[in-house]
Amino acid sequence: MRDAVTTSNLVEVENVTFSYDRREVLKDINLVIPRGKAVAIMGLSGCGKTTLLRLIGGALIPDKGEVRVAGRAINRLGYDELFALRRKMGMLFQFGALFTDMSSFDNVAFPMREHTGLPEPLIRDMVLMKLQAVGLRGAADLMPAELSGGMARRVALARSIALDPMLMMYDEPFTGLDPVSLGITGQLIRRLNDSLGATSIIVTHDVAEALELVDYVYYMSAGKIEFHGTPGEVRAAGHQALRQFVYGEPDGPVPFHYPAPEYRLDLLAQ
Amino acid sequence: MMRRVGELLRALGTRVVDNWIWRLGFASRFLWLTLKESGTSFRRFHLTVREIYFAGVLSLIIILVSGLFVGMVLGLQGYDTLVRYGSSEALGVLVSLSLVRELGPVVAGLLFASRAGSAITAEIGLMKATEQLSAMEMMAVDPIARVVAPRFWAGVISMPLLAALFSAMGVFGGYLVGVRLIGVDEGSFWSQMQAAVDFREDILNGVIKSLVFGVAVTWIAVFEGYDAPPTAEGVSGATTRTVVTASLAILALDFVLTALMFRGS
Repeated sequence: MRDAVTTSNLVEVENVTFSYDRREVLKDINLVIPRGKAVAIMGLSGCGKTTLLRLIGGALIPDKGEVRVAGRAINRLGYDELFALRRKMGMLFQFGALFTDMSSFDNVAFPMREHTGLPEPLIRDMVLMKLQAVGLRGAADLMPAELSGGMARRVALARSIALDPMLMMYDEPFTGLDPVSLGITGQLIRRLNDSLGATSIIVTHDVAEALELVDYVYYMSAGKIEFHGTPGEVRAAGHQALRQFVYGEPDGPVPFHYPAPEYRLDLLAQ
Repeated sequence: MMRRVGELLRALGTRVVDNWIWRLGFASRFLWLTLKESGTSFRRFHLTVREIYFAGVLSLIIILVSGLFVGMVLGLQGYDTLVRYGSSEALGVLVSLSLVRELGPVVAGLLFASRAGSAITAEIGLMKATEQLSAMEMMAVDPIARVVAPRFWAGVISMPLLAALFSAMGVFGGYLVGVRLIGVDEGSFWSQMQAAVDFREDILNGVIKSLVFGVAVTWIAVFEGYDAPPTAEGVSGATTRTVVTASLAILALDFVLTALMFRGS
C-alpha cells in the first residue's frame, strides 16, 4: 500500500473495468485527481460517470483494476476501514437526498451527531456556520418540502461539508436548477474547494458551467475516457465527439437516433 | 406432450425458487443483519421511541375502536348462543377467552400490518428511491442500524401492547353490551371470567402469539421496504406485498401456534 504522504494525487483510478450484470459500463479507465484541485468528469447521460463516482466512494467494487483514495485501495478495505475513510468524504447527490423527516438544521447536524459526540451547543454553532456558508442560515427551521430545488441542493451541500471532508464528490450538481441557483451553486463549489483545502470531483454534463469552474476535465464516452485536459484545451480540442458535446450540436459522431431497424421497413411491417 | 409437461414443471420450479426460496433466503440474511446491527436501537433508545410513536401510538385509535366493536359484537352473538343453553352468565368467559387467545392477537396483528406495516414499507422504500439511504451510507452511517433496526424493534415492542389493549377494549365492549344493554348479571360476568381465564395458559399464550406476529409483520415490512425497486411502482408494489404477505403470515402462524399450544382438555 502506498503512503498517503508521498503521492500528490488524492484519487487514483487504475485500469478499472466494471459491469452491471453482464453489461460493461466502464472499460479500462485510468484517471488521477490531484490534491486541492477541482476536476470535472463530463460526458453524455449513461456514459458511466455516476458509476465511476460510486466506485470512488466505495459503494461499488470494480471487476478489475484498483481505486485508491489517499493512497488506500478502496476495494480492498474492510467494512470499518471503508466507513472510517468515508467520514473524510462528502457527496452531494443529484437531487440533494435530504432526509425528508428532518429540518434543514437537523439534516446538517446529522453527520455531526452520528460521528462526533460533541455537545449540542457546539453542534448548533457548527451547523449555523455551515448553513451560513451556503447562505441559508435563515432556512434552518424549514423542512425539505418547504425548500426550492436550488435551496435543497445547498442545504445538502452544507450537510456534505459538515465534517470538513478532504474529498468532495458532486453528482450532477447543476441538474434542474434555474440560472441564478446554478451560478450560486457553481461559485459555492469552487469557494468551498479552495477554503476547505479539499479536492473536488464534479460529475456533470453542464459544459459551460463546468468549464468555468474546474482545473481539469476528463471527457467520457461509452465507458471510456476519450479526452482529458484543462478547460482551455477542451475548448480548443479538435476531437469531434467532444466538439459536438461542448458546443451542443444535435448530430455528429453521437447520432441523434437510437439504433433501430430501417425506418421504411419498420413502418411497413405488420 | 411429455416435453410440455417437463417445461411447465421447470417453469414452475424456477418461479418457486426465484420468487420464494431465493427471497426467503435473502430476507433471512436481512433479518440476521438487522439483529446484528441492533445495538444502536437500544444504546440510543430515543431513536426506537420515536418509531414506537409512529408505529404504535398512531395505531391506537384504529386498534381501540376496532377492539371495542369486536367486543360488542361478541357480546351480542355470544349472548344469543349462550341463552339457548341457559348459561348467559358465562358471557364474560366467552368474550374474554375469544379475545385473549385468538381475536386480540390476530385482529390486532392484521390491523397493525395494514396501518403500521404498510407505512414502514412505504417510508423505507421512498427513502431508498430518493437516495436518502445511499446518502446515509456515504456519510458512513449504516442504514440498517440507523433506519431499519429502530423500526423493527419499535414494531416488536408495540405489537403485544396493541394486542393487549385490543383485548382489554374488547372485554369492555362485551361488558357494555352484555351487562349494560342486555342485563346479564354483572357479578357473574366478572367472577366467571376471573375464574376461567388462566394467566399462563390463556393470557401468556396470547402475548406470545402477538409477539411472534409483531416480529413477522415488522420483519416483512422493513424487508419489503429495503428491497423495493426505487420507483413509484416499486414502492407501491412493495407496500401491497407487505400487507398481503404479513396478513397471510399471521393467519398461518396463528394456526401453527394454536396447534402447539393446544392441550385438548
